[in-house]
Amino acid sequence: MPNKTFFWFFLPTGLAMMLFIGLPIISAGTQSFYAQHDQVLKEVEKCDPFGCKISVQIDQEASSKIREEKPLGKFNGFGTYIDRNHLAFDELSELWGESNSTGEFVGKVTNLPFYKALIFTLTYCIIVTPCVLLLGFIIALSLNAVARKIRGPLIFGTILPMIVTPLIGSLVLFWMVDAKGIIGANLQILMNDPYLSVKSSKYLTWITIIIYGIWHHSPFAFVVFYAALQTVPQEPLEASIIDGASRFQRVKHIILPHIYPVVTFVALISLMDNFRVFEPIIGFSAQGSAQSLSWLIYDNLVNEEVILFGSAAATSIMTIIGIAIILAPVLIRTWREFRTVR
Amino acid sequence: MENGLDKQSNILKIFNTTFIVFWLLIACFPFIWTFWGSFKVRADFFSRADWWYAITAFNTLIETGKSFTIQAYSGAWFEGEFWKASRNTVIVTVSVVSISLFLGTLGAYALSRSTKNYAFWILIVALIFRAMPHITLVSGYLFPFFQLQIWGILPTTIVVLIAINQPFTLWLLYSFFKTVPKELDESALIDGCSYFQTFRHIIMPVMWPGVITAGLFSLMLAYNDFTVTALLLNQENHTMVPKIQSYLGTNQHEGNLMWAVSSVVSATAPLFLLIMFFQKQVISGLTAGAVKG
Amino acid sequence: MKKILIAFSFLLFSTYANADCNIKSGSINILANDFPALRTFVETAKECKGKAEFKVTHSAEHNKIAVPALTANPSEFSARIAANSSIVPLMNGGLIRPMNDLVKKYGKGIQESQLITIDGKVMAVAFMANAQHLYIRTDVLKQHGISTPKTYEEVVAASEKIRAAGKMKYPYAAAYKAGWNLAEEFVNMYIGHGGEFFKSGTATPSINNAKGVATLNMLKKLADLSNPDYLTHDSESIKVEWEAGNVAIMTLWASRAGTLLDAEGDAKITAATKLVAPATVGGGNIPATTLWWDGFTLAKNRSDADAEASFRAMAYAASSKEMAAKAADQAVWLIEGFVPGPKSVGVIEAVKMGAKPYPMLPQMGLMHGALGNEIVEFLQGNETAEQALKDVEAAYTSKAKEQGFL
Repeated sequence: MPNKTFFWFFLPTGLAMMLFIGLPIISAGTQSFYAQHDQVLKEVEKCDPFGCKISVQIDQEASSKIREEKPLGKFNGFGTYIDRNHLAFDELSELWGESNSTGEFVGKVTNLPFYKALIFTLTYCIIVTPCVLLLGFIIALSLNAVARKIRGPLIFGTILPMIVTPLIGSLVLFWMVDAKGIIGANLQILMNDPYLSVKSSKYLTWITIIIYGIWHHSPFAFVVFYAALQTVPQEPLEASIIDGASRFQRVKHIILPHIYPVVTFVALISLMDNFRVFEPIIGFSAQGSAQSLSWLIYDNLVNEEVILFGSAAATSIMTIIGIAIILAPVLIRTWREFRTVR
Repeated sequence: MENGLDKQSNILKIFNTTFIVFWLLIACFPFIWTFWGSFKVRADFFSRADWWYAITAFNTLIETGKSFTIQAYSGAWFEGEFWKASRNTVIVTVSVVSISLFLGTLGAYALSRSTKNYAFWILIVALIFRAMPHITLVSGYLFPFFQLQIWGILPTTIVVLIAINQPFTLWLLYSFFKTVPKELDESALIDGCSYFQTFRHIIMPVMWPGVITAGLFSLMLAYNDFTVTALLLNQENHTMVPKIQSYLGTNQHEGNLMWAVSSVVSATAPLFLLIMFFQKQVISGLTAGAVKG
Repeated sequence: MKKILIAFSFLLFSTYANADCNIKSGSINILANDFPALRTFVETAKECKGKAEFKVTHSAEHNKIAVPALTANPSEFSARIAANSSIVPLMNGGLIRPMNDLVKKYGKGIQESQLITIDGKVMAVAFMANAQHLYIRTDVLKQHGISTPKTYEEVVAASEKIRAAGKMKYPYAAAYKAGWNLAEEFVNMYIGHGGEFFKSGTATPSINNAKGVATLNMLKKLADLSNPDYLTHDSESIKVEWEAGNVAIMTLWASRAGTLLDAEGDAKITAATKLVAPATVGGGNIPATTLWWDGFTLAKNRSDADAEASFRAMAYAASSKEMAAKAADQAVWLIEGFVPGPKSVGVIEAVKMGAKPYPMLPQMGLMHGALGNEIVEFLQGNETAEQALKDVEAAYTSKAKEQGFL
């Protein structure tokens, strides 16, 4: 397609993406290199319905003057990236010197907020993604083997977990998993432990969030795999049945290679979404036990009265870099396919 | 895979059926439970004494005299103004899906038909764009939107949702476009059609299964979005999801949990109906398109 | 302290004055949190809008959008309803305007004590107060021969006694949900121990001390007497536990009393629920709680006409005896003529005992956030109190450095 035609076809999409995603990313990136100017504090008297007190307040005139001169803030370089709330280089070297063993070092590192979140995010990603792919594939195979007439409602039932917004879906599960809720109470009976409470245990909370993640994302994999299964050519399949190949062999040698590109697509999207896990942590009120990178960003932007843009921006950029690293092998393969096809 | 050759042993059939039933139970049970519970009062569905109350309707009988009540629904829809939120959701969803598909098909078609390297790089950049956490994006929008006085109104949110959705739509449609053979294009071009005419009259009719699939995902993104709608819309224009969130209360003050429960059901029901209506098209379309490809 | 008492009684017995509602022009747009008392307030203000344009946005996300919205010029909102904590970023950013002249002109019904002054300038007008205090089950306490606890040590002893008797396994409850709620409990308990958060006159943290450790230990003792899910329990959850009869002593916001004591729920429990003064701790004189106010502020980046219109409408509500009487259940109104009922007992007692207001310091939000995240590990038993406090200070320090406070 000639360049000019391409340009006109692509322009609206490209413009929308550049304006609303590209620019904010650049802006966030720039912001992450700046910190706020040093605040000028002065002591003033503050009075409210409960009395008067002398305490510090920000000097408005001095601050606004500094802000006007340098609106972006104080240049901080990579300072935000290596401070305690992010990569914590200083703290890491300090802890390394203090610890007597690697185990102790790891234990102390996981106390740092960024690494605590990173560990949960990676665990979640590494467990949920393959489970989602596997479960989605098995469901697709299963439903494909069912009589065509009743497939409709079954498919409809299968994709239910996907169509509810994650915040609400995880909230519903949160209510059910409570020690007095239907799942929680029955779990107590099952495990023969009348005081078992999922919410009070860190590991059970992790498991719950992971199970929720698999439950919520599998339908997506199912939909795409099911569509792909429809494209499997019949002749090689029939030939293999005549040849006496077992079901498992058929799946392994004919079906899987054929739908392989689709697997790549689902893996890409799944990895990316799992790395950005966030809503279940809010839905399960689990921030005491589990924190993710996206949750850290949310915390910086929301849970303070003073909004920490620079910190959030730095974490966001690192999330993007993290995703790029995780996706690298898949992307390289896609590039190779692209070259050969062209 | 239903042909005479592919006979399933009975064991496999039993295993298959059991597995499907088990999965459907896991998938559907939370919704059935929530649906059932939305007709009870708070003290039953969220009972701290015994979860059986949700089934036996212990407190609902005490408080309303019947074992089923619609007070959660009437409360949310009228007093809680959920009907406004529904109307807003419909406006946002219809706009986002239609515009997103229009732009996405154009862009994906171009990407699929281009032989240059920059097409690949655009796809990669789009993927990286999708990696950006939404909360950071939206927080970045707040200052400029307020300055430009476009905060709080529906069109702003619609444009933002379209833009955020583009990377996924592009990738999905791109892979569907790639299944349409280039020969179709080439014969049309040789016949004297312009690229746009080829796109509109030859390629798009073949593409509609992919379009429906992409449309479905767009719909779910626009319908279920929370981050963008909660932060960029003012009170009047709140869509369903931020409205439900508002029923949950804040630190110092009470919300109305049963309203949230009934709204969750009200919000999910139309999606059920829509999927049920469209799944025939999607499945048959995908199958038909597959045979061609 | 005596001054506060006098001011409070002044609130109750002063003469009523009507604010001027003949507003001729202007555009009013209010940003507020979303709960019944604020809705009532805004609706009352609307009655006084005259010919001005009136809009309101109630949103649970109000904290996120307040700063960007008011920074824009012209600002999206002409007024914002804020509290001790949320006024801080507005002050920090210079986003609100002083109201001294407007108060003089149109604030006839507003009491002196309703004014929030910083450096002599009136930056907000408060209309309701809130605080956490104790709620007790009189029947359960009577059954075990326990008198109303006055200190947290007594609360611990009472709870242990009730637990030992076998009927209630988790007799105590407080909103310990990780994050804002947990930090608030720490703040209250630390102030009860007489602790200071920062070295005076600076933003340097100073909580890693004996009082901080004592605070954490007390929180742990209380947490062990609560439902083990406490790290996920916010005010709503503990209120539900109370209504189910699982709790005997609870620390909860006064503003929650309205729905706690309503017609729904077990009548026996409702009848036996009593609101009492907040407890002191560690032998201190002031209660282990903080006082909060909610009030309205005016945006700087709006025309003077808008500011005047907004002020007049909201001043009407902030001095409306009728509203305070009608909505007596929804809040502890600071409006003259408000008759405090049994639901206001906790706040009135807190004021009487000399409770401190939540610190309106520019860097307090950062400390609050750091607390909410870093003391969780201590409560889970994974680290020592000193380590937890060290983590809090370290987390706070890096945030403060980024924000230019250090």
